[in-house]
Amino acid sequence: MPYDEALERFEPVLGLETHVELGTESKMFCGCSTTFGAPPNTHVCPVCLALPGSLPVANAKAIESTIRIGLALNCSIAEWCRFARKNYFYPDMPKNYQISQYDEPLCTEGYLDVQVEGKTVRVEIERVHLEEDTGKSTHVGGATGRIQGADYSIVDYNRAGIPLVEIVTKPVEGTDRLAPEVARAYVTELRELLRSLGVSDVRMEEGSLRCDVNVSLMPRGSSEWGTRTETKNVNSLRSVERAVRGEIERQAAILADGGRIIQETRHFHEDSGATTSGRSKEEAQDYRYFPEPDLVPIAPDPAWVATLKAELPELPSVRRARLQAEWGVSDLDMAAMHNAGAIELVEATVAAGAPAADARKWWMGELARRANETGTALADLPITPGDVAKVTELVSSGALNDKLARQVLEGVLAGEGTPEAVVESRGLRIVNDEGELSAIIDQVLADNADAADKVRSGKIAAVGALVGGVMKASRGKADAGRARELILEKLGVEG
Amino acid sequence: MSAITRDEVAHLARLSRLALDEGELDHFAAQLDQIVGAVARVAEVAAGDIPPSSHALPLTNVFRPDEVRPCLTPEQALSGAPAVEDDRFRVPRILGEEA
Repeated sequence: MPYDEALERFEPVLGLETHVELGTESKMFCGCSTTFGAPPNTHVCPVCLALPGSLPVANAKAIESTIRIGLALNCSIAEWCRFARKNYFYPDMPKNYQISQYDEPLCTEGYLDVQVEGKTVRVEIERVHLEEDTGKSTHVGGATGRIQGADYSIVDYNRAGIPLVEIVTKPVEGTDRLAPEVARAYVTELRELLRSLGVSDVRMEEGSLRCDVNVSLMPRGSSEWGTRTETKNVNSLRSVERAVRGEIERQAAILADGGRIIQETRHFHEDSGATTSGRSKEEAQDYRYFPEPDLVPIAPDPAWVATLKAELPELPSVRRARLQAEWGVSDLDMAAMHNAGAIELVEATVAAGAPAADARKWWMGELARRANETGTALADLPITPGDVAKVTELVSSGALNDKLARQVLEGVLAGEGTPEAVVESRGLRIVNDEGELSAIIDQVLADNADAADKVRSGKIAAVGALVGGVMKASRGKADAGRARELILEKLGVEG
Repeated sequence: MSAITRDEVAHLARLSRLALDEGELDHFAAQLDQIVGAVARVAEVAAGDIPPSSHALPLTNVFRPDEVRPCLTPEQALSGAPAVEDDRFRVPRILGEEA
């Protein structure tokens, strides 16, 4: 069903579960390295392989990071809590269970405010808990390389035991048609928050930040939630938005036909944007949780928690508000910079000496256009904030005009070196030499006698064509303002 | 009254991928019921002033510093595996009959 029609008939309720691999050196319960991309089964030991007699010991840094995440999300920190065993029989954990937290999470009851179309939406956080990541299974045989229809699987346990934080929102109601945007804004804001805390490298493409999206629909006018589905494998910000939108459309079509939504896990497909059914949740969910007897309880000292809270860095939303005030830009411009990933770049350009307005102009104008054309992120363009600051300096000192500055940026992006080097090698300096400019003007006046006569006879507007001729003849290097003055002077007309 | 029913044993057997026949279900249901009954006797001595515990030692906050320690080699890690392919543990199909 088309999105607009779906929204006329139904109201979506969202829920987001985000898994974050912490950036610790070692695993959650053993000393194995957490480095990504190592050859299979080289980061394993008796603990994470569950060999008999081995015992887990919790990683202090991971506990600390989880508490810091909770604090940054305005959560209460448990005074006493335990790990729990989540029992299941997939071989992605060699223990036949995953150490997780169940009814005693480390952090509860928080919130994260996100901005969507100029409005603040408060997403409430249900819980933040700590668990261990699973191994990586590769399914062999069958047509699709997926678990269904595979003949057997092969497992690499390098990832098994890497500390994993799960952040679960409460159901988010009242987002209405903005549900996809709210979901995306939440994951974006959460990712920035986690990055500012320095607890994870939050790379969605490497799986260090993974998102499951829950969606249900209720008929307009009803307050009773519908059956929800959980879409997994949503591995980019854009996909979060697409997955919510797609699931709203799919569920609305089923409900409008009098059908029933099955509570199930669905898999998102990056190429088509569609979801397909995974295993049914009703079948699989019997994890028989119980407190983990191999680990002692965690009881964070309130004084330590208070210190961690006091030492939190400036959070992204606070930082944005401060920068917005410093730069004096509108909410809309700030949101545009945020969406374009330009805030750090503008900030660094300002730090390198450029006025904020100029820094914003180049990053959000010419450079954003280039990034868009080449399909790269702004931050990945081969130009530094220092380069941009240098260009703004050359413009404000009168050595370049905007047109030449664009050519300098183009040169830097093409790998021709620093802005100064590009100015030098391409010969891109405004012609300030009056003699040279005067010669160019004489030539242009001679070539455009008609226009020159019009100006002489009082049609001052015709001077534009002459200035254009000078700019063309100088290949953009003349100072247009000075050229105009000189032309009028030579023609004996008062400007 | 039985604490463990025959249906619960069947459910657990399915989750554990154990193929139990009818006779075995009865057999284990009775055995497990006795075991649970024996453990339940502990509850009789637990007084109201004894908090429930999941651990034998009165300890909290046993942590290790975040330091990398040597791992096993893949040869060592895989030496006990019934089947190996491409330096990975090879396991039977996962979804089995549910596929």
